[in-house]
Amino acid sequence: MTAARQIYAIVRKDLLLELRAREQVTGMAVFALLTLVTFNFAFDLTGADRAASGSGALWVAIIFAGLLGMGRAAAIDRQQGAWEGVLLSPVDRGTIFLGKLASALLFIGIVEALAMAVFAALFSLPVLHPMVLLVVCLGTVGFGTLGTLFSVMAATTRAREVMLPVLLFPLSLPIVISAVRATTLLLTDRQAEVGPWISLLLGFDVLFLGISYIVFGHAVEE
Amino acid sequence: MASVATRRSAETWSRALGWLSVVLVAISVAMIFLYAPSDRVQGAAQRIFYIHLPAAWLAYLSFFIIFVSSIAYLARRHPRWDRLARSAAELGFVFTTIVLLTGSIWGRPIWGTWWTWDARLTTTLILWFIYLAYFMLRAYVSDPERGARYAAVLGIVGFVDVPIIHMSVRWWRTLHPEPIVVRAEGPAMPDTMLQTLVVTLLAFMALYVFLLIEKYRVERMKDELAELRLQHGV
Repeated sequence: MTAARQIYAIVRKDLLLELRAREQVTGMAVFALLTLVTFNFAFDLTGADRAASGSGALWVAIIFAGLLGMGRAAAIDRQQGAWEGVLLSPVDRGTIFLGKLASALLFIGIVEALAMAVFAALFSLPVLHPMVLLVVCLGTVGFGTLGTLFSVMAATTRAREVMLPVLLFPLSLPIVISAVRATTLLLTDRQAEVGPWISLLLGFDVLFLGISYIVFGHAVEE
Repeated sequence: MASVATRRSAETWSRALGWLSVVLVAISVAMIFLYAPSDRVQGAAQRIFYIHLPAAWLAYLSFFIIFVSSIAYLARRHPRWDRLARSAAELGFVFTTIVLLTGSIWGRPIWGTWWTWDARLTTTLILWFIYLAYFMLRAYVSDPERGARYAAVLGIVGFVDVPIIHMSVRWWRTLHPEPIVVRAEGPAMPDTMLQTLVVTLLAFMALYVFLLIEKYRVERMKDELAELRLQHGV
């Protein structure tokens, strides 16, 4: 079986589980929307400078929902020894990582599509711009990469709900900073300055995809 | 397990190093307060710099030691690498705390504020949080072998991340339309200041190596005790 088919098998398994149990995407989506609504009260998202705080609100919603979803995904895998089954399958550990990352990105992507559409409508910001979508994709890949690695580790610890954000927030700070900055620049029509942030996001993604691919095997030994 | 002879010689070395650091710390304290001149602009507040800078170096050096021993642990799986990482982490956390505290104390009279979101300060604060995550991760994993593996993964990912965090925070500030706090201390330091700094650095280094060896020995005893307990079913 080629790696692509193995990744497809893992994503298919996660998708099937999600279609039957509906434990992740619904919860994440509702959470993301509630975050956006709550932010509307915390900051004034209707004023002239709503683009600046708006991109922050959007990213906090995405990151919190992603955190929730990835923690949930790892917990679901732990139920009934399902994770042991995945590890026992004749699939390379790095490929398992890519498969889990692909399903995490798929679920977060669905939630993002919904959250961004609602965000654009609620706050009338031109968020469905191709460059903004690129920034969202790059940011999600970086965040999802670290999240997939750490959620598998956090799932076997005591107090796992606490452990995942404690691990993930400090280490994904570059993603948060560059994604929020880039989105703000794009929403305020300053496309020219966005270049370095996109390269930072891209560099982060490539670097940590490589590292996580290598070290994932050490994190999941049973 | 190391032989008795090696252990004994390590103990002798460590003791010598301990006394050396006592002497060096005494000398450097005397130099900081009596020998080094007062800064013309900053006055006495500048003297905290002699403690701040070596502590900052050791905070980052510790993370480098964690990084190297994490790779070695994952490659070799010998518990000695994990013990070294554990010992360096504890020292690194202490020195990172010292850096943040001394910097804050200095910042109050000089900058007029305890804290500012400058790139170096923010990076050090995030480093502090990564150290904290490192300890929490170990504490929340019941199986020590798994805890060591997880900590090693965090040690590697975290170390690679720190320079990127620094870069992103620096860009964030420089691209931000706000005045940047000027931290240049003026032209080169007078010789007496430089000498004080060198002696303090040596004192901190000696103290650091001494503490690292001692901490390592404590960690080894802990491991041996746990093993004995397991053998005797206590």
